[in-house]
This record gives sequence, structure tokens and C-alpha cells, in this order.
Amino acid sequence: MSNQKKVSPSSVVHEQDIRKRNENYSKYVEQVTPKTNIVMNVIKAFIVGGIICTIGQFFISYYQSLGAGEEAAKAYNSITLVFLSVLLTGLGIYQKIAKFAGAGTLVPITGFANSVAAPAVEYKKEGQVFGIGCKIFTIAGPVILYGIFSSWVLGLIYYILKILKVV
Amino acid sequence: MAEEMKSKMMGKQSILFSNPPVIVAGSSIAGKKEGEGPLGHLFDTIQEDPMVGKETWEEAESEIMKEAATKVLEKAGLKNTDIRYLVGGDLLGQLIATYFGIADLNIPTFGLYGACSTMGEAMAIGSILVDGGFADRVMAITSSHFASAEKQFRFPLDYGNQRPFSATWTVTGSGAVIIEDARIHKKNSNEPTIVIKGVTVGKIVDYGLKDSMNMGACMAPAAFETISTNLEDINVTPDYYDKIITGDLGYVGQHILIDLLKEKNIDISQNHMDCGIEIFDKDKQDTHAGGSGCGCSAITFTAYVMKQLKEGQWKRVLFVPTGALLSQVSFNEGRTVPCIAHAVIVEAI
Repeated sequence: MSNQKKVSPSSVVHEQDIRKRNENYSKYVEQVTPKTNIVMNVIKAFIVGGIICTIGQFFISYYQSLGAGEEAAKAYNSITLVFLSVLLTGLGIYQKIAKFAGAGTLVPITGFANSVAAPAVEYKKEGQVFGIGCKIFTIAGPVILYGIFSSWVLGLIYYILKILKVV
Repeated sequence: MAEEMKSKMMGKQSILFSNPPVIVAGSSIAGKKEGEGPLGHLFDTIQEDPMVGKETWEEAESEIMKEAATKVLEKAGLKNTDIRYLVGGDLLGQLIATYFGIADLNIPTFGLYGACSTMGEAMAIGSILVDGGFADRVMAITSSHFASAEKQFRFPLDYGNQRPFSATWTVTGSGAVIIEDARIHKKNSNEPTIVIKGVTVGKIVDYGLKDSMNMGACMAPAAFETISTNLEDINVTPDYYDKIITGDLGYVGQHILIDLLKEKNIDISQNHMDCGIEIFDKDKQDTHAGGSGCGCSAITFTAYVMKQLKEGQWKRVLFVPTGALLSQVSFNEGRTVPCIAHAVIVEAI
């Protein structure tokens, strides 16, 4: 690995070949830029993500205790978590939790809700159509597009395997 | 005549003025977070409301720019009709903060886009206009707003993401100066006069980085090239300046700049200062690498640097705001981040 070799600023300043200079500079910058603590980030994400999931489990059990079936209770839970996420986004609280939790708030359904609600709040000023309408999925759009696309691909594979009697 | 023109040009890309134009006044309008920072007590006005009573972030930025323009006129004891040209810009597409903000002032205008280097560019062009005899007074102005910049360049404010340590925090603020022909300037005997002795106009410098979350590293080579060219062009050593003041390199960029210059046997480790580092307290204010944005260097200059020069703490400084000239489109298309730095020699006489 060439990355393990220390790159000195001298190899940037005194390099005549622009391409090599840029390569050296990029490596040098990597050396002097402070890195985030991955272990700490993972622990924080694990704890907060776990808390969100525990809250979700609480809702599922609660709705079941009210008489809902398992599927219905799961759906109610998703609706509840999405609602809470949107509410906290609107109140400006979700971003503060996410700053601490990182992927812990990004991965659960609450993260998806936040990524839709935040542009809606931001672009409301640009109108219902060109603001909210066009820009609400600026962040969530790729998730929706590629989510649907990959489920279509998987469906197609499943269909073919079924014809071939593999599954 | 030709000879006289030639005498102003120094070296490759610098100018030393025949009649160094005077900075008669500077204004600084800052946001709440900037007001809570280490320089908070120095700003003319602190806007507690990020919306400044307006409907949108963009309108709010225009409003603080208008305040900066009004304030600098008031401090200089001048009217808008006394200003020949206004030279300025901001970070937003098509310079909407500037054009909407200054519309009511009715001053002939040059709009500039130099990203965060805009204050340096505006002061350079302003002083060229004045020393060239094309204007008696020019207003140089710029602004940035945390929320409008985040919206344009990054994510909606309420989106839950984490910023890396190398990321900077866009300053909400607007600064303006009035540059006046030295020959019509009425000297205030109590304090030194602040003049723009010369400028070094920056080139586009691109060392191939693509990380828009590490602007300091992207821009440091531009500052490196402009500072070393300035010293070479006017044939001086770094100690010629009491301070060499970059705009918004932040901690990462400062480290790199000092490193790179050392390779050219230029040591600025003792007299370098970065506005982005000065404006926030990174531990208390959670601003990571420091402040950034056009407003960062502008209000640090007008509130802090000008004060130090007026009080005689510093005699001569090199003010070098740096700008990263990327756009959302260039970033998404995987292009590198081209940068620029303009140097302005400011002296107290």
C-alpha cells in the first residue's frame, strides 16, 4: 500500500509533474486531516439505533395488546415512528440527535422520514409545486428509485427461478 | 504617461498603488453565533434573528447586506450618492443576496463571484478603480448566511447528518468598507489612516482535491501561491507584515499553508492568522475546522483587523481571503475544486 508511506509537503511543492503533484497532495492532505473516531461512532450509532428499535418494539407490543394482529401492529408502529420523526424534524430536534447518533438515526425508518421532511420544510418557501413538489425527494429520491428498481430486479430473478422450478 | 502606468505593476501579478487609497470606514453585521464567538464584542450589529424578520434565508442575507452598506455609510458620514461604484458579491447563485440587498442604494454596481475570496477581490478592484482615477469612492461589500449556504451547497438544515472534523461553518454576516481617494481624504488626526498599499491578484489554483467537506485543504494551495508570489513580486520577507491573514482556511488549511510555504523557505508560523479560526471558539461552539464564507473574512477584517491597525497594534498586514470555486453541478459531475486567493496589503500610516 502506497498510502502507508508518509508523503512530505516537499513532494508537493517541488514536484513538477502536475498529475504526480496532485496525487502527492491528496495523500499528504489525508495525513494532516483529523479523522473521526470510527469505534466511538459505531458505539453511538448502535446505542441510539437500538433505542429507536426498542421504542418500535414497544409500539408493536402496545398495539398488539390493544388487539391488533402482528402485521397491523407493525404497520401502526411504522406510522407512529414516521410521525414522531417528522415531528422532531419540524421542531429542529432530529438533526441534534442525528449529530450524535449518525447512522443510528439514519438507518431506521425515522431517518427516511427525516430525509423527506427536512427538504419539505426547507423548500416550502419556493412554493407548493416547484418547492415542496419538486424538491421533497432530493435526498430520499435515490432510496426510492433504487429501492423500487432493486425489488423489481429481485422479483424478476425470483420469477425466472420459479419457472426453472429452482424455488 | 505609459511610464507612470507601468510603475504600479510589480512582478508577475501584483500592484503597488501610486496614491494608496484610504479605507475610511468598515462595517460588520454578524449573526447570533458569530456574536457569541471570541470577536462578538467587536461587531457593529449582532442579528439575533437568523431570519432578520424576513420570510426566507435569501431575503435575510440581503437584509444584513443592506444593513452593512447603510452602516458603513453612516460610520463614514457619507450618503449613497457619495459612492461612485459598489463592488461586491456573495455565495448564492446569480448573486441574489447582493443584488436584492443593495438595489435600493442606487449605486452603480459591479457584481463579483469569488466565493469566500470576494472581500479580497472587491477591495482589490475597488482600490484599482480609485487609484486609477476612475472613482473617488468605492464601496466593497460581501455577505454570507449559514442557512442559505447550507441550502445551496449542502443539505436542508433539518436533515440529520454528521459533519466531518475538516468541515467549516459558514459565517452569517456582512461586511463593507469604503475606499476613498487619498487626495480627497480628510485625515482624522487622532488615529492612523488605513490605506491599501497594493494587491496581488490570485490565479486559479487546483491541486486536484474533490472533497468539498475539506475546503481548507482545497484552498490552502491558492493561499500558498498568492502569498509566495506577493512576497516575490514586491521583494520582501514575511516579517514585512505584522500579520498574514487568510480568510477561511481553518485549522486543517492553516497547517497545510504553513507546511507548504516552509518548503519555499518562507516561515509564516509566527505571524499567520486565519479569520475562520479567530471568529469561533471551536471547542465551545462546535464549529469543527473553523468559520468560512464571504462574511467570515469580511467581518473579521472590518471588526478586528481594522481595529488592530487603528490602535497601532499592527502596522501592516497582508489580507488574503481564499475562495473555493466549485458549484453543486461541478461537484456532482465529479470535478475538482478550483480555488483562488487575493492578497491585499493594508497599512496604517
